[in-house]
Amino acid sequence: MTEETHYGEGGDVFERVKTMMQWTPQGRALGLEVTKLEGNHVWGRVPYKAELVGDPETGVIAGGVITTFLDQLCGMATVLAMKEPAMVATIDIRIDYMRAAEPGRDVFAEAHCYKIGRNVAFVRAVAFEDSADNPIAHATSTFMVKATRKIGANLREKKT
Amino acid sequence: MSPQEQLTAALARIPYAAFLGVRAELKGDELTLVLPYSDHLVGNPLLPALHGGVVAALMELTAITQLAIASKSERFPKTIDVGFDYLRSGKPVDTYARARVVKIGRRIANVQAEAWQGQRHEPIAAMHGHFLVGDEERMASGE
Repeated sequence: MTEETHYGEGGDVFERVKTMMQWTPQGRALGLEVTKLEGNHVWGRVPYKAELVGDPETGVIAGGVITTFLDQLCGMATVLAMKEPAMVATIDIRIDYMRAAEPGRDVFAEAHCYKIGRNVAFVRAVAFEDSADNPIAHATSTFMVKATRKIGANLREKKT
Repeated sequence: MSPQEQLTAALARIPYAAFLGVRAELKGDELTLVLPYSDHLVGNPLLPALHGGVVAALMELTAITQLAIASKSERFPKTIDVGFDYLRSGKPVDTYARARVVKIGRRIANVQAEAWQGQRHEPIAAMHGHFLVGDEERMASGE
């Protein structure tokens, strides 16, 4: 089955997607990167850094880093699956850990948006160092598509 | 050291907690983690909104730390699975989280957590998860 993709023509698509991954300040702080695109699949990387360690005894990267990475990569897969790129918002994400990440090594992941509807997208992802066959974690997530809100919406006082 | 000092020391040992800027407040045996707002925590610069992963990380850290307190363990428990529900967009203000240890079994603990900002009764996200607190082989060897 060939999946329909909508993210346009031309060789600069990959560059644009790489820029999108760096659009979030937290993504930049972690050093998140997109490494490959194929259909509604997207691959990414989070570099190992001492400041991201969650367990000082083992040097294993914090679960929160993996969560943020997988959440953003799943969101990216959703954006790539939409006819016209727009804001998306996570409804929920569940992460199952098969094992701890190896200390000192970058973590990679593949996310796949396997179904997108008018309102909701379904995305799964797997994190690993070398191969998805030896996973660190699996993620299952749902996203609200076209979650666009006004610029500065969160700066305004709530109307009741 | 007082429990509050022990907790502050334990969190200070976690580099990622410092990366986020998390600090802990302990009242009796109830823990609140506080995540002061900082620009590097943003996931959507237009709204602006906190990164969902950051809010998730705050709740998971709270769950792990509360569980360590509840199980009187020196070690931090390992995460087996965690599910995060997003209820409201995280505003660019301070965020709080508390966790409730639902059950501690011999090997596995079940924990729930919530994160909120202005109003405690208006959570911005919720977490539930399972954590490994004991190891069958280690228990068998009497370690």
